[in-house]
Amino acid sequence: MKLLVPVKRVIDYNVKVRVKSDQSGVDLANVKMSMNPFDEIAVEEAVRMKEAGTAQEIVVVSIGPEKAQDQIRQALAMGADRGLLVKTEAETEPLGVATLLKAIVEEEKPDLVIMGKQAIDDDCNQTGQMLAALLGWPQGTFASKIEKKDGEIHVTREIDGGLQTVSLKLPAVVTTDLRLNEPRYASLPNIMKAKKKPLDVKDPSDYGVDLKPRLEVLKVTEPPKREGGVKVETVAELVDKLKNEAGVL
Amino acid sequence: MVRPLDFDSTRLPSPHTGESHEAWRRTVRAFVDREIAPYVNEWDERGEFPRALHRKAAEIGLIGLGYPEDYGGTSDGVDVFHSLIASEELARAGAGGLIAGLMTHGIGLPPILALGPEALKRRIAPPVLAGEKLIALCVTEPSGGSDVARLKTRAVRRGDVYIVNGEKTYITTGMRADYLTVAVRTGGDGAGGLSFLLIEADRKGVSRAPLPKMGWWMSDTASIRFDDVEVPAENLIGAENQGFAGIVANFNMERLSMAAQAIAFARVCLADAADWALARETFGKPLAKHQVIRHKLAEMLRSVLAAQAFLDHCAWRVKNGVTPVAALALLKTQASRTMEFCAREAMQILGGAGFIRGCRVERIYREVRVMAIGGGSEEIMLDLAARQSGL
Repeated sequence: MKLLVPVKRVIDYNVKVRVKSDQSGVDLANVKMSMNPFDEIAVEEAVRMKEAGTAQEIVVVSIGPEKAQDQIRQALAMGADRGLLVKTEAETEPLGVATLLKAIVEEEKPDLVIMGKQAIDDDCNQTGQMLAALLGWPQGTFASKIEKKDGEIHVTREIDGGLQTVSLKLPAVVTTDLRLNEPRYASLPNIMKAKKKPLDVKDPSDYGVDLKPRLEVLKVTEPPKREGGVKVETVAELVDKLKNEAGVL
Repeated sequence: MVRPLDFDSTRLPSPHTGESHEAWRRTVRAFVDREIAPYVNEWDERGEFPRALHRKAAEIGLIGLGYPEDYGGTSDGVDVFHSLIASEELARAGAGGLIAGLMTHGIGLPPILALGPEALKRRIAPPVLAGEKLIALCVTEPSGGSDVARLKTRAVRRGDVYIVNGEKTYITTGMRADYLTVAVRTGGDGAGGLSFLLIEADRKGVSRAPLPKMGWWMSDTASIRFDDVEVPAENLIGAENQGFAGIVANFNMERLSMAAQAIAFARVCLADAADWALARETFGKPLAKHQVIRHKLAEMLRSVLAAQAFLDHCAWRVKNGVTPVAALALLKTQASRTMEFCAREAMQILGGAGFIRGCRVERIYREVRVMAIGGGSEEIMLDLAARQSGL
């Protein structure tokens, strides 16, 4: 199988995110950026498939700024074979990214696209589903286990009621959940080897896709500060508060 | 643009590092966050860390960093900044004993690779770099440490073997080490009579005792006796009586790495003190809003940034093949003084909270002395720099 793994450059999960004073977005100046953790899980899964012999080639693609090459190199150091950066300074949105990924899929012809279920910056959780729809491919989202059996992919999904297993005909799109695997470290020798792996840089216009944002940001604000709770003395007081203060009874 | 004080914001951006350095930083940081930081308090109280950590560190390339590929190391594309990043990121866990114990091969192995015969290199280096065997350097003796040229442990050649007698002390990882790289006297008095001998720790006549310490609890430190220990002559590292150069050559890299650690420990102190000063309220406002406290933090930042710039400059010269002996000696002193100052001020800011065991600053405070004494004391460093300056 040939695998395509899209990865996104996002604000590092350890960073305390700050809202810009003009409320136009979050402050990205001098902020540590990393690979989206769910995408890292997708890369790890792809590398394990290759190590197990079920996959032969792993192509990593990122749509984002020049610096997103760092995240592609990280994926190459983890074991991917080849990288592709589609360079854009535009704020990326799920539909634009899915449309561009569709064009990349048509060119690369992978058997399976594995990607994070969502990116931790905007938490959209839409791109994988949109890509599957645009391609007319089957999809297995929130995967906690992926197995290849008799030419099909069996995906165990984490859903509200427990686990569900779906079998997908190839080609297909799979999105990864947190418990699928624990990504490996990119070792120093592999970081050095990754420098020599091919990494192409292209432009959205090479695929005839316009990434212009379709959404308008009105304002970005901090979530409201959590206030301390109160202790009630009696059940009657609780009922009274639920009825008259919270208005839920 | 306001940037709060944390471990990263207190580091000057380096003009000497690129993409592979940042990738390596990411790896070591993730490794420390997952495999080390959650356990350091427990390991320090227990007085040891799991031996399996050596193998895990080898898997990410930490143990083999900078060593020849032929023996299982990683040297292609690696420069001194990769190793300083490793020192810095390991120091972020705020436990010097971990670095001392995990990276002991950094002083134990280089004499073998620099001077040793090929067969010895092939036998010793690969298992050490794979994290399977541990190696310690034995130079200091009960009668003296800094005055290397007057070592007394003697190795006498008898046929195909050397018979070793003497005592070594303050040996880092001396209790757990499988191999000992031992400085011995094979010739007459002075520096010209010294050799290095590789002694397997399980040889008959080797006895060891642990030494309890002020800090570095999770790393073992030993006193080691050699009583008529028979060592095959093929364990001689380099030519007889040519060991002194090997001892001294090792010191410069050790000083650079200790400086990187000390400055990183200072940054940990600064970051933790700043966090506390912003959160803790006294007399109606956060500590950080009291001038007496905020100026302490500013002074700490000043000393950290100055030491950092000095470190980066020295490392850049080393990368370009220069060994600035005097500058490296002064750098080590500058770094340990920066650590001492920041540990002191951070303790003052943390107050009672810093005096309670289990926080990074408390541990670092106990590790100041070993950084100011080990690997060349401040006094020896200053005198070396004075001599190098023609005084």
